[in-house]
Amino acid sequence: MSIDLSQFHQVFFEESFEGLQVMESSLLELDCENVDSETINSIFRAAHSIKGSSSTFGFAEVAEFTHVLETLLDQVREGTRQLLPDHVDLLLQSVDCLRGMLTALQAQETVDTAQSSVLIQAFNDILEGRQPVTQSASTPDGTGSEQSVADASHSAEASDAHLDAAADTETITWHIRFVPDINLLRTGNEPLRMFRELAELGELEVQVDAGKVPDLALLHPEECHLIWDMHLTTIRPQSDIEEIFEWVVDDSDISISATAGVFSGGPAAIPETSVSDPVATSPVESAEATPATPLPAASTAGAGKAAKPQASKPAASAGSGKGSESTSIRVAIEKIDNLVNLVGELVITQSMLGQLGSEFDVSKLQKLQEGLAQLEHNTRELQESVMRIRMLPISFTFSRFPRMVRDLSKQLGKKIELKLLGEQTELDKTVMEKIGDPLVHLVRNALDHGLETPKDRRAAGKPETGTITLNAFHQGGNIIIEIIDDGKGLNREKILAKARNNGVIGENEVLSDEQIQELIFQPGFSTAEQVTDVSGRGVGMDVVRRNIQELNGSIEVKSIEGEGSTFTIRLPLTLAILDGQLIDVGRQTFIIPLVSIVESLQPDMSLINHVAGGCDVFRLRDEYIPIIKLWEIFGVEPRTNNLAESLLVVVEVGNAKVALVVDDLLGQQQVVIKSMETNYKKVDGISGATILGDGTVSLILDITDLIHMAGVHQQSKNGLKLVASKTRAA
Amino acid sequence: MNAAEDRAYDNSELDVSGRENDQMDQYLTFIMASEEYGVDILSVQEIRGWESVTPIPNAPSHVKGVINLRGTIVPIIDLRQRFGLENVEYGPLTVVIVLKVATRKGARVMGIVVDAVSDVYSLAGDDMKSAPDLGDHVNTQYIKGLVNVNSKMVILLDINELLGADTIPDVSINAIKELKESQH
Repeated sequence: MSIDLSQFHQVFFEESFEGLQVMESSLLELDCENVDSETINSIFRAAHSIKGSSSTFGFAEVAEFTHVLETLLDQVREGTRQLLPDHVDLLLQSVDCLRGMLTALQAQETVDTAQSSVLIQAFNDILEGRQPVTQSASTPDGTGSEQSVADASHSAEASDAHLDAAADTETITWHIRFVPDINLLRTGNEPLRMFRELAELGELEVQVDAGKVPDLALLHPEECHLIWDMHLTTIRPQSDIEEIFEWVVDDSDISISATAGVFSGGPAAIPETSVSDPVATSPVESAEATPATPLPAASTAGAGKAAKPQASKPAASAGSGKGSESTSIRVAIEKIDNLVNLVGELVITQSMLGQLGSEFDVSKLQKLQEGLAQLEHNTRELQESVMRIRMLPISFTFSRFPRMVRDLSKQLGKKIELKLLGEQTELDKTVMEKIGDPLVHLVRNALDHGLETPKDRRAAGKPETGTITLNAFHQGGNIIIEIIDDGKGLNREKILAKARNNGVIGENEVLSDEQIQELIFQPGFSTAEQVTDVSGRGVGMDVVRRNIQELNGSIEVKSIEGEGSTFTIRLPLTLAILDGQLIDVGRQTFIIPLVSIVESLQPDMSLINHVAGGCDVFRLRDEYIPIIKLWEIFGVEPRTNNLAESLLVVVEVGNAKVALVVDDLLGQQQVVIKSMETNYKKVDGISGATILGDGTVSLILDITDLIHMAGVHQQSKNGLKLVASKTRAA
Repeated sequence: MNAAEDRAYDNSELDVSGRENDQMDQYLTFIMASEEYGVDILSVQEIRGWESVTPIPNAPSHVKGVINLRGTIVPIIDLRQRFGLENVEYGPLTVVIVLKVATRKGARVMGIVVDAVSDVYSLAGDDMKSAPDLGDHVNTQYIKGLVNVNSKMVILLDINELLGADTIPDVSINAIKELKESQH
């Protein structure tokens, strides 16, 4: 009978997370003095639909929590309650809490309700107009004793919620007496199934009372005369047990009562009584239970505000590891329509060509060529449209920053304004997922190190409020993301001193401004005087650069002391397609990513120097560039051993330039990247493979890898460090 | 499809004869250096003729290269070289058996180059004799078992062991001979 709801869970989670996103961004927009009814409505709507769908799916904890949220929002919406900044803080915390709960549910873990019950209590306090308690709860430094004071005089609803919360985390032995209707079996209910389900909840002990079973002669085989007594030891709430008897509760006689909770060990506390009459014992128990629950609750209560994000984070990371394998994206309907149109055109072109082919003679050659051109045009457009499906506006990544800046600026005591530009700029979903963390790092850095405190800013003659601008735009086949702050900029002297100290550069080395700014991307480089929990450990910038380079992108910094810094990230729009230069080495064709090619030339032998030991260096204008012989590295039979007859392709990764010796340059074309790892393994110097027009496979060179290989190769052969040191610079 | 149905049919036959615990498995056999080898037919994806491959730089010699199998990049392994047998020119009979191999990192598709495809046999579990211990110098973990079909010995290969592991098993023509002698 029952429909398997779990198939809709993924959709539910996606929608709920989206709803939370809406709530968060709307909350950040809210101005307490002048509440915009549309904003508050959208928050309300989001909360309401989360509540609705979570109760549909049986996530009672979430539904219950959102219900309280909703009550407050409703009052604000109706204008019967003035929205205070504290309320906004509380609502934002609730968003975090809900996100944690949902992530736990998604990963099919048990939900920790300790945090939500504290928040529920805070909301109830507000709803009943108990201001001071609100304060202590909204910045949860309240200890167990404070909570129990609040609890003692608490409303029935809140203590009910608390009891449920306690029931969630504590083991209770329930006594269930099940006197089924005589027609139980006739209505298609199977007691065994119920017991099995009960047994899934915890430890179950069933005793059957067969006293009412009539004589065999009188017994009708379809009647049920048995009575069962059960003892179920479980951590699940009573509602879960009731749910199992949902189908039989109308006809049968079922009584469920808690006997002895493990935590109390005392006499039986029957829930009904404690709801109607909140005796001191049960709330105190639950208050004690709250700090006693594992890690997150304890840290929330103890460490104050800073612990908040941490409490929800472990759950979030665990969730992303497990449950979210089948991710999906939402695509705008016009993109799909466009695709349908293009496919239609493709079909028309195909039938046109088919017709042409069936009665072809030389006179129709021109028509054939036109048709083929049309086909090429269609295919290209189709390819672009399909790629566009994977593209999402960067606002998905940007949207996390308003909240982050708000929290951090409070924590750091700085006044910061965040400007987001080009939020609609689209980029590939995969790229977007991978660029998130580096961006967070850069923004945190800008907040922590870049921008000064209001006092310092006044002293420097700048407005008190610092500005951070995130700007995204397209440029050629790339997307550019800029992180601009108007803070103090990079301190040249400090960086130099630190670099000398670390031995990254020599005592008397003279560096240009650009080179100095490059130094911050070195591993272990931080000039922050103090390591804060925001940043300053020096593990960041090199990781940021590496992550970006893994995406075939680059990062640069421009900074003017006293005026601010600009970090510029350049990324390819997609990882699936690459503009490639086809080259020949011996009898094999390889592909070099076009982005990394600086220039290709015929070498002038007078500019090639043989450095002692066999490594060749080529002088290109004022640079000496090491030469890598591809045939040597790949063990391919070359067409010629003579450099003068080969071609050089100068490629650049990071700041390292090398010249690759190739036998021939073929055409340039867009290639679809196929993974070698799917069926084989990572090959040194190869980033992937693609299929050429004639159906053969061609391998795509991994320049970073190649430089590394050449470095290792040369070093092991003759100890020459020229190439190796270049690699390190990259 | 047919293979599965056949097997179901075979099983029901066996039920009557009282050998209900036996599982009939079908094996595709192929010839290499006049020996017959068998692989589980359920792991065979397709059989194709030899076509030129794109070599992989610095790959072990038994990895011939990669081919384009309808948009997927599939590595091709020369089983002769993998077994340390002498190389032969690829001829018109040379075939590539495309196999689905279970590895620790999930299912992979690989092709093996063999001399020729031979036959399909249905074999019961107890027809199979486990590979004898041939001492330290012969690695037999990739051999699922040996079986006699029409008084010929067929070596059943465990392709998951053979192609899943990245190491090259130490198997030479002598080892096969030794294996044969121990059978008789």
